[in-house]
Amino acid sequence: MGTLSENKKAALLSVMLLIVGFLVWELSIPAQKAVGELTEYELLTGGGQPKAGVPPPSQVLGKAWEQLSNPFYDAGPNDKGIGIQIGYSIYRVLTGYLLAALVALPLGFVIGMSSVAYKALNPFIQVLRPISPLAWMPLALFVIQDSEASAIFVIFICSIWPMLINTAFGVAGVREDWVNVARTHELGAIRTAFTVILPAAAPTIVTGMRISIGIAWLVIVAAEMLVGGTGIGYYVWNEWNNLDLTSVIFSILVIGIVGMLLDSMFGLLQRAVAFSE
Amino acid sequence: MSKPFLSIEQLTQRYPDGQGGEFTVFENATFGIEKGEFVCILGHSGCGKSTIMNILAGLSEPTSGVVKMDGQHVSGPSLDRGVVFQNYSLLPWLSALKNVTFGVAARFPDWDKAKVVEHSTAFLAKVGLTGDTIHRKPSQLSGGMRQRVSIARAFANEPKLLLLDEPFGALDALTRGTIQEELIKVWKDTDQTVFMITHDIDEAILLADRILLMTNGPLAQVAENVEITIPRPRVRNDIVEHPNYYAIRNHLVHFLAKRSAELSGKSSDRNSPATVRFDLTGETATEDPETAPLLRAVQA
Ligand SMILES: Nc1ncnc2c1ncn2[C@@H]1O[C@H](COP(=O)(O)OP(=O)(O)OP(=O)(O)O)[C@@H](O)[C@H]1O
Ligand SMILES: [Mg+2]
Repeated sequence: MGTLSENKKAALLSVMLLIVGFLVWELSIPAQKAVGELTEYELLTGGGQPKAGVPPPSQVLGKAWEQLSNPFYDAGPNDKGIGIQIGYSIYRVLTGYLLAALVALPLGFVIGMSSVAYKALNPFIQVLRPISPLAWMPLALFVIQDSEASAIFVIFICSIWPMLINTAFGVAGVREDWVNVARTHELGAIRTAFTVILPAAAPTIVTGMRISIGIAWLVIVAAEMLVGGTGIGYYVWNEWNNLDLTSVIFSILVIGIVGMLLDSMFGLLQRAVAFSE
Repeated sequence: MSKPFLSIEQLTQRYPDGQGGEFTVFENATFGIEKGEFVCILGHSGCGKSTIMNILAGLSEPTSGVVKMDGQHVSGPSLDRGVVFQNYSLLPWLSALKNVTFGVAARFPDWDKAKVVEHSTAFLAKVGLTGDTIHRKPSQLSGGMRQRVSIARAFANEPKLLLLDEPFGALDALTRGTIQEELIKVWKDTDQTVFMITHDIDEAILLADRILLMTNGPLAQVAENVEITIPRPRVRNDIVEHPNYYAIRNHLVHFLAKRSAELSGKSSDRNSPATVRFDLTGETATEDPETAPLLRAVQA
């Protein structure tokens, strides 16, 4: 054991924790009683339905296998594969997120460069930022009249703030020495922005983008529960209505894993733009 | 008399003192630098040397006064004035080589990439940086190496005026000597004018045509203009033999140790620094250096 590297030890421990967790979960769920043994009361309260209790992990794994072996089937509006549902959610998140980036990054640059712009826009940002993105939903549905676009709008509005604020903060904090280097080389405003300010502020900006994508992924589930139709959020809600807890637990895990993947993509980007002084 | 290449007229810099008032860093600094001259400026920490240099570079505006180069007002920075900053100011996300090509590409926009890289590599080699080192980021270089990259970046741009703010401060004696020689070579081969800040008296004597002396701040003055009457080429070990060497050196030491403080805060009515010139080459070799200051000729 002493020869194992730290990473291997940690990985081993993770796997052990996972197995122990599953075992405890599996054992803590009492075996389903056969229908014949149920009391009349249990039958009336739905205890007799096979999926009314929290399912054991073996069942969830079975579900995962079943779903992942055919993720893209489409059998009508209420029965689509997990891949299709996740695909819809990712599409909405990325669309709203990219629109937000298109607004937040240039605007953040302006706010970071000009203290007048900062002072003029700051009150609006401070008021709009703390509003829960879901609070916009009724207004969006009313104005846009389209549930798809409303969900995208909600993603837009929730991912814009961290990007905007971090961009402004990063740009304003660029060391004057570096700007002076650009000035002594007679670089124009555009070239200074791209060759000096952008790389200097990039670590802060990407941190903001990473926070934003995390929030967007949190919000999309809730937004889709509200607007319905498609998406992983709707899927969770739908399976809850079907009392299919196995699917609910499975999709919770999928939400976590996709969120982790999105985050680690930005982790890589963050590493690519990082520099040390 | 015709105007010098670079003329600094009545330069005054005041800053808020943080308590509602203001303090004067230096006042009425007036001096000229001829084309092709090498001028060093000596003064204690905080007297305003970097501030003067930033104004010459066009990076900041003085409270009052003007700087003219080639008869043109200096307003804003220009590629004609290359700067080696006191804190190197390398871009930390670029490798050493890219830091230099960054400048070269800005200076010579119609060069192709290969030429830019070749030119930059050559200048990095001149300051002793070759091989893998030039592909490292500044954070992976030693202080002295960073300083050399910064020097290479400024030299490679071949500006008309080189402004150097303690460019050799972080170098060991050996590298310092090599790069000083390199600087002299670059300076001689081109018609560059150099204005250099230093704390090192011997370095100033070795390199400069003239040394400007500043009194202590606040209210600092450019008080004297000492001509270095030692013929070039100067070799570090030989110049100490020159009859003028100790006279000049003692004068500088005396100024920095005593007179810079005594003269501090006294505004003088003269417009330009007093010129001090030692020439003992006609005297006997037994001249006692201690008496040398008595021989100085002060011209208005
Ligand atoms: N932006 C500023 N605001 C207020 N005071 C300043 C500013 N820049 C410089 N000073 C003050 O001006 C004086 C001169 O500073 P400067 O950097 O020119 O000194 P220096 O002669 O280069 O010193 P050193 O040899 O230590 O580099 C200092 O007292 C400093 O505190
Ligand atoms: Mg300084």
